[in-house]
Amino acid sequence: MSSPESPRIIGSLADLPDSARGAAHLVWWGNLGFMLIEGTGFVLAVGCYLFLSSASAAWPPAGDPLPSLWWSSIFTLALIASEIPNLWVKRRSGEHDAAAVRLGVLAMTAIGLILLFLRACEIAALQPSWHQDAYASVMWMLVILHSSHIVTDWGDTLVQALWLHTHQIGDDQFADVEDNCNYWTFVVVAWLPLYAVIYWLPRFA
Amino acid sequence: MTATAAGPGDSRAAQLRQTWRDPPGLWGFLTTVDHKRIAARYIVTTLFLLFLAGMLAMDMRLQLSAPGLHRMDPQLYNESFSLHGSTMLFLVSVPVMEAMALWLVPLMLGQRNMAFPRLAAFSYWLYLGGVLMLWLPHAVNITPDLGWFEYPPLSGPAYSPGHRADIWAQMITFTEVAALAASVNVAMTILKLRPPGMTLAKMPLFLWAMLVASLMTIFALPAVMLATSMLIADRLVSTHFFSPSGGGDALLFQHLFWFFGHPEVYIIFVPAVGFVSAIVETFARRPIFGYAAMVLSVLAIGILAFGLWVHHMFAVGLPRLGNDFYTAASMTIALPAGIQIFCWIATIWGGRPRLATPMLWVIGFIITFVIGGLSGVMTASAPLDLQLTDTYFIVAHFHYVLVGGAIFPLLGAFCYWYPKATGRLMSEKLGTLAFALIVGGFNLGFFPMHILGLWGMPRRVYTYPAGMGWGTLNLVATIGSAVAVVGGLVFVANALWSFWYGRRVGADPWGGPTLEWAARSPPPPHNFDLVLCVDSLTPLWKKELTAFDGLALDRREMLVTTVMEAEPIYRQNSVGPSIWPLMSALAVTLLFVGSIFTPWALVWGAVPVAIALTFWFWPTRARASTGPLGRRR
Repeated sequence: MSSPESPRIIGSLADLPDSARGAAHLVWWGNLGFMLIEGTGFVLAVGCYLFLSSASAAWPPAGDPLPSLWWSSIFTLALIASEIPNLWVKRRSGEHDAAAVRLGVLAMTAIGLILLFLRACEIAALQPSWHQDAYASVMWMLVILHSSHIVTDWGDTLVQALWLHTHQIGDDQFADVEDNCNYWTFVVVAWLPLYAVIYWLPRFA
Repeated sequence: MTATAAGPGDSRAAQLRQTWRDPPGLWGFLTTVDHKRIAARYIVTTLFLLFLAGMLAMDMRLQLSAPGLHRMDPQLYNESFSLHGSTMLFLVSVPVMEAMALWLVPLMLGQRNMAFPRLAAFSYWLYLGGVLMLWLPHAVNITPDLGWFEYPPLSGPAYSPGHRADIWAQMITFTEVAALAASVNVAMTILKLRPPGMTLAKMPLFLWAMLVASLMTIFALPAVMLATSMLIADRLVSTHFFSPSGGGDALLFQHLFWFFGHPEVYIIFVPAVGFVSAIVETFARRPIFGYAAMVLSVLAIGILAFGLWVHHMFAVGLPRLGNDFYTAASMTIALPAGIQIFCWIATIWGGRPRLATPMLWVIGFIITFVIGGLSGVMTASAPLDLQLTDTYFIVAHFHYVLVGGAIFPLLGAFCYWYPKATGRLMSEKLGTLAFALIVGGFNLGFFPMHILGLWGMPRRVYTYPAGMGWGTLNLVATIGSAVAVVGGLVFVANALWSFWYGRRVGADPWGGPTLEWAARSPPPPHNFDLVLCVDSLTPLWKKELTAFDGLALDRREMLVTTVMEAEPIYRQNSVGPSIWPLMSALAVTLLFVGSIFTPWALVWGAVPVAIALTFWFWPTRARASTGPLGRRR
């Protein structure tokens, strides 16, 4: 093993902070990377839907009902409304308000549970079954793909709530809460074009 | 970096070594998050698989060496080329480039680890799961047999009962999740962990290449994961994505596959651009010619690569306007590739070149890749492609591009950075012999395939009649392949011999200009004692290096900087060894394997995944003293 020449020391980093938030934080960028991957997946899945619809004489195919608007619209409105507490939690975590963050993340866990119930109702109303034809298959795929994001984020929020209520919250954990809020916003925003494609496009196609 | 004499520098190095070292023994092996150890096992695994895929190739070449041979039956031949292609594309070419990045990127940035160390470990374990997913079933004679792209309807439930196609599809899921995890890690490490002064305009070309390749991976790989997941759904729960009888379309699979498949060629090639640029700069002993043009070319390739996929589908009967567009787009990508070739030649021309083995590989690369590029321009033309597709001309073309364009630079990179990794030089004599055998054997083996293809010999045939007149050139091709395999064995023997008996060298045996050459050879667990500063593209060619101190010695810390200007922002805590990346990968393996048998595996398989991930990310901090669940004194 050899040693190279010593560099000349021109300063110290000891006075730098040991944490950051928002886009300055490393984990924020990791979160962005995974949102890019999943966002690409959503775009391509919508592309599959449009490809199959363009190859079909009728959309939905003859005999298939139009997708029901009732539960899907309730779910969509509730999902959009969840952004209000979500953004509030994000703001409070930016201000390092531990009590508000603990309460807010617990509330988001409960809201996630309500949304999962609404999504289950939406899925129960999905017609026809996925194995009926390609239209049904791709419609189910989009709903299941998005549902998997709600489930994973709900699990993440639940674990975060447990941890926040049992431990002292440091700067990195406030940043984690902020990142989780950003991810939820991604889940909400990703649904809106999916909702339009699944439930409204067949009505105008 | 450390002081050369005993003093504060030695004490700092000793403390950092203690802080960053792994636990000893098997536990350390299983829990390490050291990017060098993870990358090394990634590289060794890919090289072993390269050997296995090479043996499959030799078996096929022996079968084709003379007309009318029946030592392999059609089924075994189908399995052999399917396993060879799937292994080379999914288990060797992409992962080995990711692995080189995992090893090199932190060193070239003067950093101590990747941005997300546990994600790097998870990536390897999951990749290993993909390897076992393909090769363990092969050991019990359940081998995918539909080529490396397994098109439906042939791979659909009607024509492929059993689990051969499922194994292939789920192997893709394993390896693509692993590659995506590595790519996010590499991209964010490059964007956020650059040393002070290394603005985007002062970033080595290898880092640019890996940044672009990682972003391409992020945008390309979801397509193949979607395609294979839809294929599994068609097979398992009777969806109709690809079945025309249910309103589906088999062409959708091809579009999704090639939307990934064509960028994948460049995901493999672009890192090679980085290798070649680093080697040329060092061995021409001058800064790379046309740095800005090189960066723009890599970016252009990264964008254009997403607009070419249909040229793999000219034969399926698409609208003529589509064919025209994709012909033009395919030819356009030759422009940035050509700019790169001219920049490398200009660098060599204007420098004082030294022909050590890494440079020999660069020369082998340039010649071979240009031939592959020219045959690529030919097949980009839809009318010509209609004649040549599914012939041996295509086999010759993609081997020239992938082996010449990526594997040769990889072997050069291996020779170039070997002394950094081991502290010893590889033998130049054995290296030159291996180079001559591999490059000579490769050209002898694959050039005749152009002619065989033009004569009409189709791909994927297990034998051919004597009257076709293809026997002589096939025999030449087999001899050439055997010579290349012998060269490969010499290369491996050289690496092994040099590991124990090679000449010991210092930190910078080649006179390299980038930061990795400032670390000891081999680098200690923490890589660098200080945070180095950069003020040019070739910082080690300046008279004096400068650095910051002030990062903690008793805990793992790294410097995070701004994306554009690399200005210091804060000190990031870097996580230590953990068993949970391995446990998470095992849990994901259970879910992936289970889901080829029952869709319910997605439900019950998620439970162990959630548990493992919770332990992975569970922060270690003091218990709360307030709130309903707080612990009161």
